[in-house]
Amino acid sequence: MDANSIKIVKPTNVIIKNPLKLLSGKVLSEYKLKYETYGSLNSDKSNAVLICHALSGNHHVAGYYEGDDKPGWWNNMIGPGKPIDTDKLFIVCVNNLGGCHGSTGPTSINPITNKIYGSDFPMMTVSDWVESQKELMDVLKIPFWKFVVGGSLGGMQALQWSFQYPKLIHNCIAIAAAPKLTAQNIAFNEIARQAIMKDPNWHNGNYLEKGVMPNQGLSLARMLGHITYLSDESMREKFGRDLKNSKLGFNYDVEFQIESYLRYQGEKFVTGFDANTYLLMTKSLDYFDPVKDMSDNLIKNLCECKSNFLIVSFTSDWRFPPKRSKEIVKLLLDNKRNVSYSEISAEGGHDAFLMDNKDYFDVMASFIMESNNGI
Amino acid sequence: MAFRKDLLLISSWIKPNTKVLDLGCGNGELLKILKQEKNISGYGIDNDIDNIKLSLKNNVNVLQIDLDNGLEDFEFEYFDYVVLAQSLQVIKNPKELLNQMLRIGKEIIVSFPNMGHWSSRIQLLTSGIMPVTGNLPYSWHDTPNIHLCTIKDFLIFCEKNDFEILEKNITDNNQRCNLFTKLMPNLFGQIATFRIK
Repeated sequence: MDANSIKIVKPTNVIIKNPLKLLSGKVLSEYKLKYETYGSLNSDKSNAVLICHALSGNHHVAGYYEGDDKPGWWNNMIGPGKPIDTDKLFIVCVNNLGGCHGSTGPTSINPITNKIYGSDFPMMTVSDWVESQKELMDVLKIPFWKFVVGGSLGGMQALQWSFQYPKLIHNCIAIAAAPKLTAQNIAFNEIARQAIMKDPNWHNGNYLEKGVMPNQGLSLARMLGHITYLSDESMREKFGRDLKNSKLGFNYDVEFQIESYLRYQGEKFVTGFDANTYLLMTKSLDYFDPVKDMSDNLIKNLCECKSNFLIVSFTSDWRFPPKRSKEIVKLLLDNKRNVSYSEISAEGGHDAFLMDNKDYFDVMASFIMESNNGI
Repeated sequence: MAFRKDLLLISSWIKPNTKVLDLGCGNGELLKILKQEKNISGYGIDNDIDNIKLSLKNNVNVLQIDLDNGLEDFEFEYFDYVVLAQSLQVIKNPKELLNQMLRIGKEIIVSFPNMGHWSSRIQLLTSGIMPVTGNLPYSWHDTPNIHLCTIKDFLIFCEKNDFEILEKNITDNNQRCNLFTKLMPNLFGQIATFRIK
């Protein structure tokens, strides 16, 4: 166990009874949110931080579960003395609605039909998530977020927070994000969805009722996704053309290390992830386009937003490359907001946002430390 | 850390409550002091990750951008002032950058080390090698300073490009003016600072 890590943590559940009107027009009459918190809320409630997770992430951001030797997914960034310092800040992370790690989602029971939601679970958008997180904020009696932080899809949520509730957020950090997806991004998502929906066990999304899982499709989707998270350099460095066995077999078994790695990633993923959630998360990414959705409201809200923004990108990220982050910077500059931007040299591709990197961590710590003044 | 003296002059030229862009902002000290003392808002631009960290620690908006890639992201007259302090010599295309600065700024402030200073002239004359000075301590092959000029060069350049000089200040390295820098600025000035429209 990392000596500077948060120790044992436990998630909490809350049932929200306020009906949530979704962007699609549908309504969730009540729902459960699963979340974790670290550190403590100070007396004037001015140190709360919301961490938004990415496509396959969840509320378990840092620390360890009892008996588990694997920490939360951002344990290197969050903890005592780390850039997001739990000695000073109160951290909240919630499993996105529609997820499959404890918040209400496609694997939950629909209270109206008493059956598993499956494909009946309504489509979620980034702005719906922000609304549900706002409900949690009220439950926890947090008056404003000192920081909202996220990478990738999480970064888009952080941005959406500043657009949707400009007065409730003091600092926004969006890492390896984009203001909207490109045709190429959507194309990759569509192939991932097709892989799932073409699986013979798909059953129109109601596979759980049939007692089967579209694991072939889901693992293919994950393998495809994984390629887009890595960079050409990092794949070359990690795998090159290394073979699993010493010579070629002249068949279609796993021969190259990269094949073995991708298959392993795919197989591992299906044990902990739901196919309907994967579809929903990719679709919410595709739909994300706040500039178009909010048009004049966005400009108006941004004018009210006193938040400081930090936008971070990574040189080898080709899923959401630096130029996409610069589009966010341009949007903020055009609206005369306080924004800083850093382009970190990193070989890790899109996944660099989860990896150790001194420059990246220093940039995060410098921004957070300065904004921390007064705590 | 001591405040760079040449930045004191620049900050004295900047009116309160304005918007400033500082190109090659280093640790962000100019913007920090302008923010504290003159309530200006603005951004720094630098392409060195360590300067990004220092500027963030100084609570200054800073953008990691390569100036050689231009300033297209900013709209026409976005800023009251665009500052380029002692970085003109490292820019790949100074003419293009100054034109961009004049597009996005109502006024621009440019300072640079004067290659026409007598010490450089004597070095070249007597030793026959490229001058190496306190301001420009690099050898010809490893210098980031690819576009050095003299004050006279710069004046010709401004005239050719219709840049209107509103104010100028020629000093030695300690920001002092004397009779020599006044009478023969191109021979005795070490740092030249111009305010241009």
